[in-house]
Amino acid sequence: MTGRIAARFQALKKEGRPGLVTFVTAGDPDIETSLHIIRKLPAAGADIIEVGMPFSDPMADGPAIQASSQRALASGMTLEATLGLVQNFRVRDNETPVVLMGYYNPIYSFGVEKFLRETKKAGVDGIIIVDLPPEEDGELCIPARKSGLDWIRLATPTTDDERLPAVLTNASGFIYYVAIMGITGTKSANQKEVRAGVNRLRTQTDLPISVGFGIKNPESARAIGDAADAVVVGSAIVDIISANLSIKGKPTPKLVEYVLEFVENLSNGIRQK
Amino acid sequence: MAELNSLRAGPNEKGHFGIFGGRYVAETLMPLILAVESAYNQAKEDPAFQSELNNLLCHYAGRPSPLYHAKRLTEHFGGAKIYFKRDELNHTGSHKINNCLGQILLAKQMGKKRIIAETGAGQHGVAVATVAALFDLPCVIYMGATDVERQQPNVFRMKLLGAEIMPVDSGSKTLKDAMNDALRDWVANVDDTFYIIGTVAGPHPYPTMVRDFQSIIGNETRKQMLAAEGKLPDTLVACIGGGSNSIGLFHPFLDEPSVSMHGVEAAGKGIETGAHAASLSGGRPGVLHGNRTYLLQDGDGQIADAHSISAGLDYPGIGPEHAWLKDIRRIDYFSATDTEALEAFKLCAELEGIIPALEPAHALAHTGKIARKLPKDHIICMNMCGRGDKDIFTVAKLLGVDL
Repeated sequence: MTGRIAARFQALKKEGRPGLVTFVTAGDPDIETSLHIIRKLPAAGADIIEVGMPFSDPMADGPAIQASSQRALASGMTLEATLGLVQNFRVRDNETPVVLMGYYNPIYSFGVEKFLRETKKAGVDGIIIVDLPPEEDGELCIPARKSGLDWIRLATPTTDDERLPAVLTNASGFIYYVAIMGITGTKSANQKEVRAGVNRLRTQTDLPISVGFGIKNPESARAIGDAADAVVVGSAIVDIISANLSIKGKPTPKLVEYVLEFVENLSNGIRQK
Repeated sequence: MAELNSLRAGPNEKGHFGIFGGRYVAETLMPLILAVESAYNQAKEDPAFQSELNNLLCHYAGRPSPLYHAKRLTEHFGGAKIYFKRDELNHTGSHKINNCLGQILLAKQMGKKRIIAETGAGQHGVAVATVAALFDLPCVIYMGATDVERQQPNVFRMKLLGAEIMPVDSGSKTLKDAMNDALRDWVANVDDTFYIIGTVAGPHPYPTMVRDFQSIIGNETRKQMLAAEGKLPDTLVACIGGGSNSIGLFHPFLDEPSVSMHGVEAAGKGIETGAHAASLSGGRPGVLHGNRTYLLQDGDGQIADAHSISAGLDYPGIGPEHAWLKDIRRIDYFSATDTEALEAFKLCAELEGIIPALEPAHALAHTGKIARKLPKDHIICMNMCGRGDKDIFTVAKLLGVDL
């Protein structure tokens, strides 16, 4: 059985272009606006939707995504509500892959078995858990794979050749290559370095490779996309949400429109030859 | 060497103490953490490393710290005989220097060019800034904005020592957030930077490494107590934030069934109010800052803000080895409130002429509670892990005194 993620990468290969993975935090700035955005992302050009599970202490994320997590939590977001959001999205879209990204503690607190059951029910295709390296695969990775979810692993510039096999074992769906040494939304990704990093991965895996961290605009999406199977944009999208809030933190009327317009621009960027 | 069936043999090769501990970090940090582990394993067996460390501990930090019979407090409580392990007399004023000297030598051995650290009360930050000055390495200290405010004397000390202070404005603006930002800095500067973690938390090998460097407290206590009393202490007492001074005192005694151990967490305004920092009494297992341990958290696994009068105890987690020692019931854990700690702080100054830090004032509050009920031949040894100069502004404010 081919999952939605594999099917999407096959389709992208046929089209001969890199994919666009867009990240937003579930419930940022509130659950209704968040659902509204996520529902319209595919039409705006997102090939894969990555949904952040908000966490109080997102250690691998920069200020933009930390702030979005805090907005979501302040609006009352929970893990259960995040799964509900995906389930709601699935009612109208049964093709766009949805990947959850976050940290382990909320899942551990929810219960691993219950989480896996509920993600399946909601129509989640894969998960990325930042603070579960291969050394802790017994926690969630192996049970997740058994339940049919893709386990998307982060590989970084510090993952040397000796360590790479451990990172690739048990990985599925795609590999998420972290373009920079650092946290999300800070430094800018460099095409030449990314190309070298991606090529290094390709010698050891046939999985598609998406590149994220430090891709901020249509130009960099195109440049990095040229070296990879897909690009991930997160902080730059989240920044638009943040810039279109009232003083009280409520969404202003054009927020959704501006977010989608930016995603369209990214999508046009990666489609340019 | 610890025996195989010893309580001192942990953790396993993956850094787990029972279900606790581990290495729950982002992939960017994993290779680095493995490098620290291998460098530390080498250093443990390296006589030159150990000799340099011992030399610094003796001639720079002033070890061994005295074991002092607190006669007037003993009389005051009218029960057990109370000793203080005087780790507040170390250079920089707390036990934190023991660990910092060990880690800076490791950083040097690994060829690192830059030091980062988190700090709560500033005691660890001061110790890090001190060793960074001694070894001529640039140093950045992350400190919650709330703590910067309430620990001004230590902030100024760190600056005098040449450290750069980065106030952290996110989250609860205390120790947990400082640790988040230090980890973020490390991820961005993996090539040249060494992260000196101040407590027995973080990913493996930190909880083990910090414990080993702090165990000098307990090892000295054993010798000194045998010399003073001809026997081991009956009860050991120490305060717990992350748990480094307590594990340092307790660990060398874990295999002595006759020695009971009391860890004292900060109950803040009272456990029942929710405004406290007692992760063992009021928390449940979770994963944060690279390890599984007891954490203060809400029903959805979001980390809760801790509260304590003492910035050094104001942390929603605890070292994973403590979590394990609680579950196997080798150590008993208690708590003391802000008010009790403040009373003990004043009492110690008045009766012993020792101004304790607010952190060990929690341990002293508990020592008072148990000493009253124990016979006179029962020996309690409490770790006086820090001096209170840094707290005089906080205490003055609480007592309504304008300085």
